[in-house]
Amino acid sequence: MRNFRRALRRLPLYVGVSLFCFVYSFPFLWMVITTFKQDRDLYRLEGNPFLYNQPPTLDNIRLLFERTNYATFLNNSAVVGVVVVLITLVIAIPAGYSLARLAGRWGERAGILIFLVYLVPPTLLFIPLFRIVVTLGLQNTIWSLIVVYPTMTIPFSTWLLMGFFKSIPRELEEAALVDGYSRLAAFRRVILPLSMSGITAVIVFTFTLTLHEFIYALTFISSSAQRTISVGIPTELIRGDVFYWQSLVAAAVIVAIPVGIIYNLFLDRLVEGFTMGALKG
Amino acid sequence: MAVVDTPAEKRSGFFTGLADREEILAPAFLAPAVAYIILLVGVPVTLAIAFSVTDVTVGDTSLDFVGLANFRAVFQTPQFRRALVNSVVFTIAAQVIVIILANVLAVILAEDFRGKWLARFLIILPWATPISLGTIGWLWMLDSTLSPLDWVMVQLGLLGPGSLFGPSDHMNFLGKEFLAMASVTLVHIWRVLPLATVILVAGLTSIPNDLIDQAKVDGGSFMRILFRIKLPLILPIMAIALLFGIVFTFTDMTVVYVLTRGGPVYYTQVLPVWSFYTGINGGALAQGAAIALFLFPVLLAVAILMLQMARRMEVN
Repeated sequence: MRNFRRALRRLPLYVGVSLFCFVYSFPFLWMVITTFKQDRDLYRLEGNPFLYNQPPTLDNIRLLFERTNYATFLNNSAVVGVVVVLITLVIAIPAGYSLARLAGRWGERAGILIFLVYLVPPTLLFIPLFRIVVTLGLQNTIWSLIVVYPTMTIPFSTWLLMGFFKSIPRELEEAALVDGYSRLAAFRRVILPLSMSGITAVIVFTFTLTLHEFIYALTFISSSAQRTISVGIPTELIRGDVFYWQSLVAAAVIVAIPVGIIYNLFLDRLVEGFTMGALKG
Repeated sequence: MAVVDTPAEKRSGFFTGLADREEILAPAFLAPAVAYIILLVGVPVTLAIAFSVTDVTVGDTSLDFVGLANFRAVFQTPQFRRALVNSVVFTIAAQVIVIILANVLAVILAEDFRGKWLARFLIILPWATPISLGTIGWLWMLDSTLSPLDWVMVQLGLLGPGSLFGPSDHMNFLGKEFLAMASVTLVHIWRVLPLATVILVAGLTSIPNDLIDQAKVDGGSFMRILFRIKLPLILPIMAIALLFGIVFTFTDMTVVYVLTRGGPVYYTQVLPVWSFYTGINGGALAQGAAIALFLFPVLLAVAILMLQMARRMEVN
């Protein structure tokens, strides 16, 4: 009886949260419903649009992969993402370690300055960077994105890793140094293995950021075969006024849902980065 | 006793010797990151300012100084003035609503309840999704003839002949000035709210339990504890969430570009999209750069505030 009363008292909470989540994620639900609709069903204005008045179909997804450049976009995004992750790790790991351990008092300040670079938006830089990309001859290739994206990913990743390295007790390295390891070897043998979860978060963050980026990809690349998903889907799959709605939204949810799931797994670590360490101690 | 070979890393050579000296290793480790940032952020920022006072175009890339002519020229177009106003209006309207909703949501999500992971997943989804793809969802939701919202409103008797919102069966959300502006604001709210919420949840859960327990023992009600203890304590965190929200909304071009392209007419135009149209599509790099520079004062203010907060935390 007491349990029942407690459950009853919590009922408004559950109803409220469910309702909010339903409304909030409705665009995604609507996209999923649309993906499997036949044309005749979709463009029929009478009847409940949320139901399948005709049997659901996979034709729209087939059209997406067979008759559009979608697979190419996915491939380009994957290549850009992987290479940018590698560049980011190679540059941000030493930088984060340097700021956390070696740089002493000015390390903290330098870290904050690097973090502030993350706030410099692409919309301020895209015009001069367009000129630079043209001068370097990288225009219309995914290499332009590979060169430019680390400007967004290195600052935040360095900041995240700095916080992470700081949380590892100094004594561990000092013990390794006493054992006769060099500083580099201590870093490689002792610190890196302990930092795998932080590094994984950086990988996830960097990869999703490259998937999100829109304005550089729109500015630097105009040939379809070099486009990435964030620009390719909204610009290439909408032809003039003709919308292949089912394929278009299918293209969006196929990427959105997996990215959402993975992002969610690393959310706490990313929030730590965003709150600038204000919550520690 | 067996002779144990010293591992290679333990032998001290010239380079490992250098690497052991922190005053050399620290800058060496930091240098690539600093070089990257200077070359591809510092140089472009300088170029952006340089471009804005010259006559550079896509066709003629020589930099001839023209003073403030570009700023004067862009200011004379109604599109620019509208974009400037819109950027500010969208940002303020979205952030006011975000901060209120985020507080409510965060208080709820800081509680324990069944299925919380699912709620958190669904709420974070709009932030985790590439924004251009999320906006496609809204483009489809708000379609002029096939919007499901139209159907719902017709069923509820809010839309259609003789109803509150007029005789047409369609709202045409993106085709009318006020509705299009409201739609753009809504999508911005939808996208930034998850970030603000998770930041505030982290703030709320970091409050020491004994503080709350003590307040409960002292007979504080839920609301009193919330408004007198919890919210004041997370005020700095709330400021951080707000500052990020301002930057992400004010400097975003994707939502407007995908949803309305600045239309109908130029009623939803914003600075970043107008800068793109002028600078890249129109080829007037200098004027495009001048338009984008109007983002700068806001960014500078945010950066200064963030630095101040960081300093205060350092003191604590």
